[in-house]
Amino acid sequence: MAKKSLCAWQDLALGAAILAPGSAAKLKTGDWRTLIPRLDEDKCIKCGMCELYCPEFCISEGKDGFFRPNFAYCKGCGICANECPKQAIAMVMEEK
Amino acid sequence: MLRDITIDYEKITAKNTPKECMISSGHRACQGCGEILAMGMVTKAAGKDIIVANATGCMEIVTSPFPQTAWKLPWLHVAFENAGAVGSGIEAAIKVLHRQGKIKKKPHVICFAGDGATADIGLQSLSGAMERGHDMLYICYDNGAYMNTGTQRSGATPFGASTTTSPAGSSVPGKMQHRKDITRIMAAHNIPYVAQASPSHHLDLMRKIQKAMSISGPKFINILSPCHRGWRSKSDDAIALSRLAVNTCYWPLFEMENGKTRLTHTPKEKLPLKDFLRPQGRFAHLFRPENEWIIEQSQTQIDADWVALQDKGAAGAALE
Repeated sequence: MAKKSLCAWQDLALGAAILAPGSAAKLKTGDWRTLIPRLDEDKCIKCGMCELYCPEFCISEGKDGFFRPNFAYCKGCGICANECPKQAIAMVMEEK
Repeated sequence: MLRDITIDYEKITAKNTPKECMISSGHRACQGCGEILAMGMVTKAAGKDIIVANATGCMEIVTSPFPQTAWKLPWLHVAFENAGAVGSGIEAAIKVLHRQGKIKKKPHVICFAGDGATADIGLQSLSGAMERGHDMLYICYDNGAYMNTGTQRSGATPFGASTTTSPAGSSVPGKMQHRKDITRIMAAHNIPYVAQASPSHHLDLMRKIQKAMSISGPKFINILSPCHRGWRSKSDDAIALSRLAVNTCYWPLFEMENGKTRLTHTPKEKLPLKDFLRPQGRFAHLFRPENEWIIEQSQTQIDADWVALQDKGAAGAALE
């Protein structure tokens, strides 16, 4: 299979350094997901444990105080649902 | 001794936890990875003024898919065996540049390495760096095998665990050697700060990082990092498993500051080791009647270590 190279080696930075910090965010890892976290806003106490324990660092506090994941990156591991002290997050099959 | 340039030291509490993670979303770690989670907590607590040297391993692979990077910090990939040596070199360069007046601030050096790169392959360079007294923080994230290449046994693999190079079968019931206790090996270097942390106790972990950052000299922190692929468990139980590891005293949380031991968490109720082993497929064979002796032997070892640690903690408290 012919593989297109990224760029000519002369164009690489010294030491093949990557000069754009955090550029891995260009890959939307959300499509790795099969289960999706659903937040029950009546049960949620806005403690933010889900944000702390998210291995994708994609959960953040919204304007309304609820913590919601960015579904472009959420891989659907379910740690947030498992660690929620009020069981306010349920993992459900995502329909695409 | 405190470092001359310390980070903004703000006490971390449940309501005041640092939020800015220096690893971006979109990294390629498996879903539910406990290592990247622990590393994110470290970067949250350590702040922006750091340079990272990262030994080969899962965390190097998943955060640097060329031509992209998940790091928002100056980051250097080094080989398996020389994270300690590269960290020392960076620290020496910073010292020289600072003395020549070319840089005003002295950034702190953090080395990340897995248990294979710390306990086995990189042990000599780490030991040398600690002995020479470089001002750096070395963090080992211990998932108990070479997970990156497909779960080969390492020196830090626990007794009885089944890995691809110590498979449990009719002739051998998993790994037949005990775990190399790298935290105790580093403590024997008589360095200013050695600690053991777990991502399930995030406040404790972040406070240990901040404390280490404020101390001058070589520091070592060993962090438990559940790997559900290698531990053969579910993708959502990284935190639950690390909490069980702490509560069964498989992974006691303590710190040694200038040789004085302090337990930072004592489980309310010490759970039997079986509770930690049962959810993990790599220990499934231990629950067969012919292998029960492995669990018993591990339990005896952990109980003895826990009693010894409590004695050391009591001795440390008496000194204060």
